[in-house]
Amino acid sequence: MDGFPILSLMMAVPMAGAIACLFSGANNARWIALIATLVDFVLGIVLWMNFDQGGLQWQFQEYAPIFGRFAWALGIDGIALMLIALTVFLMPICIGASWNAINKRVGEYMAAFLFMEVLMIGVFTAQDLYLFYIMFEAGLIPMYLIIGIWGGADRIYASYKFFLYTLLGSVLMLIAMMWMVHEAGSTAIPVLMAYNFDPQIQTWLFLAFFASFAVKMPMWPVHTWLPDAHVQAPTAGSVILAGVLLKMGGYGFIRFSLPMFPEASAQLAPMVWGLSMVAVVYTSLVALVQSDMKKLIAYSSVAHMAIVTIGLFAFNQAGIEGAMMVMLGHGLVSGALFLCVGVIYDRLHTREIARYGGLSINMPKYAVLFLLFTMASVGLPGTSNFVGEFLSLMGIYQVSTWAALICTTGIILGAAYMLYLYRRICYGDQVNADAAAMPDLTGREIWLLAPITAAVLWMGVYPESFLAPMRSDIRALEARLAPAAPAGDSNIKMGAPKPTGEAHHEEASAHGEAH
Amino acid sequence: MIQYIVLLPLLAAAIAGLGNKALGKLPAKIVTTGALFIACALSWATFIPFLLGHAEATVTPLFTWIESGSFDAQWALRVDTMTAVMLVVITSVSSLVHLYSWGYMDEEPDQPRFFAYLSLFTFAMLMLVTANNLLQMFFGWEGVGLASYLLIGFWFRKPSANAAAIKAFVVNRVGDLGFMMGIFGTYLVFNTISIPEILAAAPSMAGSTIGFLGHRFDTMTVLCLLLFVGAMGKSAQLGLHTWLPDAMEGPTPVSALIHAATMVTAGVFMVCRLSPMFEVSPTALTVVTYVGAATCLFAATVGTVQTDIKRVIAYSTCSQLGYMFFAAGVGAYGAAMFHLFTHAFFKALLFLGAGSVIHAMHHEQDMRYYGGLRKSIPITFWTMTLGTLAITGVGLPIIGVGFAGFYSKDGILEAAYAAGGAGTGAFIVGVFAALLTSFYSWRLVFLTFFGKPRWTQSEHIQHALHDAHGHDDHAHAAHDHGHGHDDHHAHDAGDGTGGYHPHESPLVMLIPLLVLSLGAVFAGFVFHDQFIGPEGGIEFWKGALAFNSHLMHEAHMVPTWVKFSPFTVMLTGLVIAWLAYIKNTDWPRRFVATFGGLYQFLLNKWYFDELYNFLFVKPAFAIGRFFWKFGDVGFIDRFGPNGLAALVVQGNKITRRLQSGYLYTYALVMLIGLAAAATWAMTR
Repeated sequence: MDGFPILSLMMAVPMAGAIACLFSGANNARWIALIATLVDFVLGIVLWMNFDQGGLQWQFQEYAPIFGRFAWALGIDGIALMLIALTVFLMPICIGASWNAINKRVGEYMAAFLFMEVLMIGVFTAQDLYLFYIMFEAGLIPMYLIIGIWGGADRIYASYKFFLYTLLGSVLMLIAMMWMVHEAGSTAIPVLMAYNFDPQIQTWLFLAFFASFAVKMPMWPVHTWLPDAHVQAPTAGSVILAGVLLKMGGYGFIRFSLPMFPEASAQLAPMVWGLSMVAVVYTSLVALVQSDMKKLIAYSSVAHMAIVTIGLFAFNQAGIEGAMMVMLGHGLVSGALFLCVGVIYDRLHTREIARYGGLSINMPKYAVLFLLFTMASVGLPGTSNFVGEFLSLMGIYQVSTWAALICTTGIILGAAYMLYLYRRICYGDQVNADAAAMPDLTGREIWLLAPITAAVLWMGVYPESFLAPMRSDIRALEARLAPAAPAGDSNIKMGAPKPTGEAHHEEASAHGEAH
Repeated sequence: MIQYIVLLPLLAAAIAGLGNKALGKLPAKIVTTGALFIACALSWATFIPFLLGHAEATVTPLFTWIESGSFDAQWALRVDTMTAVMLVVITSVSSLVHLYSWGYMDEEPDQPRFFAYLSLFTFAMLMLVTANNLLQMFFGWEGVGLASYLLIGFWFRKPSANAAAIKAFVVNRVGDLGFMMGIFGTYLVFNTISIPEILAAAPSMAGSTIGFLGHRFDTMTVLCLLLFVGAMGKSAQLGLHTWLPDAMEGPTPVSALIHAATMVTAGVFMVCRLSPMFEVSPTALTVVTYVGAATCLFAATVGTVQTDIKRVIAYSTCSQLGYMFFAAGVGAYGAAMFHLFTHAFFKALLFLGAGSVIHAMHHEQDMRYYGGLRKSIPITFWTMTLGTLAITGVGLPIIGVGFAGFYSKDGILEAAYAAGGAGTGAFIVGVFAALLTSFYSWRLVFLTFFGKPRWTQSEHIQHALHDAHGHDDHAHAAHDHGHGHDDHHAHDAGDGTGGYHPHESPLVMLIPLLVLSLGAVFAGFVFHDQFIGPEGGIEFWKGALAFNSHLMHEAHMVPTWVKFSPFTVMLTGLVIAWLAYIKNTDWPRRFVATFGGLYQFLLNKWYFDELYNFLFVKPAFAIGRFFWKFGDVGFIDRFGPNGLAALVVQGNKITRRLQSGYLYTYALVMLIGLAAAATWAMTR
């Protein structure tokens, strides 16, 4: 693998596919897109196999100067590797999900998706600050088009809201980046990650980045673009939005905010905890009262992303590893849930929950898979989300028991809204004749959901495969944060040592009166 | 061997569940039931060496689960005395329930799914009891919760079953919140979640304090109480008990296996497993005692007025779990585990017996429409009577011979008395609850099997008589029970039977009843020395729980009146039940007329459901709607993106006026600009 530009190749393949799609008919475009994404998936596996766990922090590095300090600099660590794996895993599934659902401007649609894949891989591989910025912001464009052209009835409002929100933060981030490059004299992300900015300035830089990442995450209260974007986006758009685009915010925190501004992160951590705590309770309760399936899952995403931020700002290994696992798990599970919604939307063309009911009777296979993803979303042990949620919450407990308690209520509320959703869709009697006439999953749909099922269970039972590549990077990050990390509120104080000769039974028989 | 015990049910569940209809009913039943019987045989083979005292605790590691920094959770199967006891309980009851379901679920079209769920449950429960660390215990904990959810909602067309399933899951999650926080805290304090390591290190934490939610508390008290909240949820203790009676919406074999014998005892198991931890915190143990005693009393009072046969037994279960908890609370963990063990057999027996009655009575569950059934279904009658003798603790105090409950329940009461302190209160409550237990248990028997048949008023019996073909509908039991019984005009044959002939259940249902009867009769007599004997206990438990030999010795030495009190109240309860339901059958009516308020209070289960609905469920929806409509839409969007958009529109209107297209306007603006620029340039 030495010197072979596999990262560039992984971006070139979908780029070439995108161009080819623009000039092909509908059916050819579908096949080109599928093959391009599958090739990228294979390349992703090759990448993972050749990744040296616990080796150098940055691997597969490429460097080609463009002008000035600006360079085509790529390279990945374990964290980026996992997110790239998630991206290339979900992309073929997205293409498959659009196979029949999209039948106008198919070439352009597929091109937009492939272009999106280029940009997403670009975000996770960029080692040059400006290159990252370009990829990060350009990602808006295809998503904007996907929602605005192939979306639902209210797509213009949704796409505009999406664009407005996400662009707002970017402007501030760009200014902060320019200042940082000027100060540190380098655009290389690894250099900046080790550079110690003045703690006073850090606060401002942190806030500028925060404006961008908080919107992308999305954190409360800048989350309202997400439900609208999801509701209007086509199924595959929702999958990629929830699956990968939301993870850019978390990736931003882990790559920029935490290592570059550790003091400011620690100083402002209570703000992040506060917003996350509000988000968990607030959006879970809002999810409970939704009557639109996609909106419900969108709101649940906001609650899950709050577990990511709470884990990241726990400043310890468990919390950060947990946050990464939530990102990966949520990417799979919410993607799968949106696919499940898409399956029945394609049949009945409504997202209204009340229009369904009793699907366990006529769609038993669907009901089983939907149940599995529902349980994964609820965070049942043995599924991917549990590992992440557990580690994140355990991490934050070390720092703040209040934050841990409030965020852990998410497991109660999550169960309430997801099971309520499942009950209304799959259980009960068949009250709507058209819903009762829907056929069960087709072969294509099973092939879309089966790989995600396998990944969700794998991640839940043997998460070591996914934790191991990230371990050394997160350990390094924890070390970087250690001097600034806030102290916990548990603060154990040992009591006076007991006399050792005390017989056990006396102690036991005395405890009736002992207090 | 332990791998086979644990993994066979999982394999069977996967085969039956994935194969489902393609596999067919019979293969699914054979695979699951066969796997369970093999697991059961292996479990007894594991248990007997422990019983004879020549087996050691072993841990079979499987593979890594979660590793993060110093946090290390492995998949591993631990076998010690406690596990061995639970293995026997779980696999014995589960295999018998599998067999019983062949008969009980015979009309059900969806059998592979049912048997897959049952086996899946068994697997999760086995993972729980073989856990060597808290996280794997939590895995099993949540796994049994999932299976319970699926099985309560098995008849998913029925709205009440769906509601009960969600309620069970969500209420359990409240407990799980405590369990998870407890695990977090334990890891923080001990830097490990391995159970043996925690238990070894726990005594050294005595007297230390910890910050929690901004205050300082005793470390072990915080940890134990957090974990105990989890136990309260799973074991339906007062406050988190509301899901258990509703869980009776599930098929009766499920109630017997999950909501009587095994899953609901997981909380007791957890407290006993972690008993060295609880021993360090007297405060936590006092709380456990009080909560157990309160539940014991509460559930017993409610049980006395219920008319649904399954609900009576459900409240009885809740009450018996209270006994187990206060036994643990006073330090008599051996007695708690012993009652868990004997209770599993006689309560499963009572539930399966009730199922047999329901089966005979065409899905009628209301005891008001039973009566005189002992002649029609004699085997069910006799086995249920044995179960009742066991639960009421019939035995001879001086000679010390009796049914299973006699040994375990009296052991608990004596230990509570001997412990003193909070135990004295628990003893008094426990004796009073024993009176109620005896009353409601015999009430159930008398209403069901004695007196004259009262079947004609039953809607289910009416259905059975009217359309003999309608069996398919009834298989789903998709009726709302208890509505409109009076609407039907009975064509009474004069004897109250309406011409209906109940039939005894098939052999596959009777064999489990007979086998469990053996347990109800002999489990106490055979095993009491090992479980609660002052010397036998030490050798048997071998440190698997904090066995307090001294306390058990004291318990044997309590005054004679203490030993006689459970016996006395048992007889009293029996006599009251006999007087009220056989001798003077108008007594209950007169009681209701006299104490209407009390009756309503008990009938409505102390109004817990209404209270929770008012406090939590309704506000959750109202607040959710408020946040959505006024928070997101009314505030954030209004002043955020929509406000920005409005601002741009307004701004456009103003700037549009400036761009009028008239040359003189532009010329004027240019002139003003030039003048301003010149002024600025000159003045600086």
